[in-house]
Amino acid sequence: MTHEHDDHDHEHGSELSEMQLRVRALETVLAEKGYIDQAALDAIVEAYETKVGPHTGARVVAKAWSDPAFKEALLADASKAVASFGLLNRVGDHLIAVENTPKRHNMIVCTLCSCYPWEVLGLPPVWYKSAPYRSRAVSDPRGVLADFGVKLPAGTDIRVWDSTAETRFIVLPMRPAGTDGWSEERLAMLVTRNSMIGTGLPKDPKEAA
Amino acid sequence: MDGIHDMGGMHGFGKVEPERDEPVFHAPWEGRTLALNRAMGYTGIWTIDQTRAGIERLPPDVYLSSSYYKKWETRLENMIVELGLAGRDELDAGHALRPGKPLERKLTAADVPNTLSRGSFSRPAQAPARFKAGDKVRTKNIHPATHTRLPRYARGKSGVIEAVRGCHVYPDTVAIGQGENPQWLYTVVFESRELWGDAADPSLKMSIEAFEPYLEAV
Repeated sequence: MTHEHDDHDHEHGSELSEMQLRVRALETVLAEKGYIDQAALDAIVEAYETKVGPHTGARVVAKAWSDPAFKEALLADASKAVASFGLLNRVGDHLIAVENTPKRHNMIVCTLCSCYPWEVLGLPPVWYKSAPYRSRAVSDPRGVLADFGVKLPAGTDIRVWDSTAETRFIVLPMRPAGTDGWSEERLAMLVTRNSMIGTGLPKDPKEAA
Repeated sequence: MDGIHDMGGMHGFGKVEPERDEPVFHAPWEGRTLALNRAMGYTGIWTIDQTRAGIERLPPDVYLSSSYYKKWETRLENMIVELGLAGRDELDAGHALRPGKPLERKLTAADVPNTLSRGSFSRPAQAPARFKAGDKVRTKNIHPATHTRLPRYARGKSGVIEAVRGCHVYPDTVAIGQGENPQWLYTVVFESRELWGDAADPSLKMSIEAFEPYLEAV
């Protein structure tokens, strides 16, 4: 057992260091050629590690739960509505918010690659880019939901959105019951990344309280 | 192209396995790879569809056995060599052996905050939209050997236009250097049984974002 574990770690480690060396070589060549500025690379990595992430989407959802006019604007043109919210420096075009209701649950996928609303959710998790998700989300979304431990109430239809162009989708989940009077900040704590992709539901307010 | 990347509806890949407390990057080289792709894209040497086509052209065994960022890294090396921006000998040496080519622009750290938002792919319409919301359409049964965004599972299928999304850069031509050729884009909705047969769960619907050349009137 211990031996197997060591072997696994060793293999994993050597693959990483091989990639680390390869990427370092590539970066050095491109910098020496004058194509790239390594300080810009540092800034990109830092932005994705510290600034861009699902906390932005969660604030958008919480505002839509609290402010009917914002919700209407969000469903009409999410790029515009999110830009007006002022959380982001700039918002790209073609962001579309799709609303979950008691009758319809929405789920987002990109079967062809990994299209994902980066600006509001950050970088996609590994499972979103994986073959199991991309292959099954469009043919067996209930089975995929079961993999996430999610079972929808009977009578809920499912709509799957395949992101095959430059339009990007974010799910507006249903506001959990028992959150009357909650502030936007508190509501945002209930909004999980997966609830905005459609592979999860918001947190139970009783557990989050 | 009918490649391994076009996975919708395939069987045999198993369960989805979410990772608990997943880090943004699993190793430093993943972040550097993403940043290198961004910085090289900023120079204007290729379009987003050319980079997608670069991934799709990886041999199926390489595609399936490489992690996401390993695919990005391999694609970046391939495209840089194909475009003559650096040689294999230089990548192997880990140093430039010849001067670089002049490129349109270079990403600086100060530019980065503004490049975190996506560009616009909207373009002025070349002609009025052929379809409107509610129209019945059929997707064409096409199998181009080059880049396309019409997935296999949704070819030759009947659906309904749900929304008109404006006129956008057309991936099929821009990916092969034949220009932006703007086309109307639509959300087209299908019943699950149209896509997956009579045994499919009728409470499911799927939609794709389809460019006008993929569609014919029913």
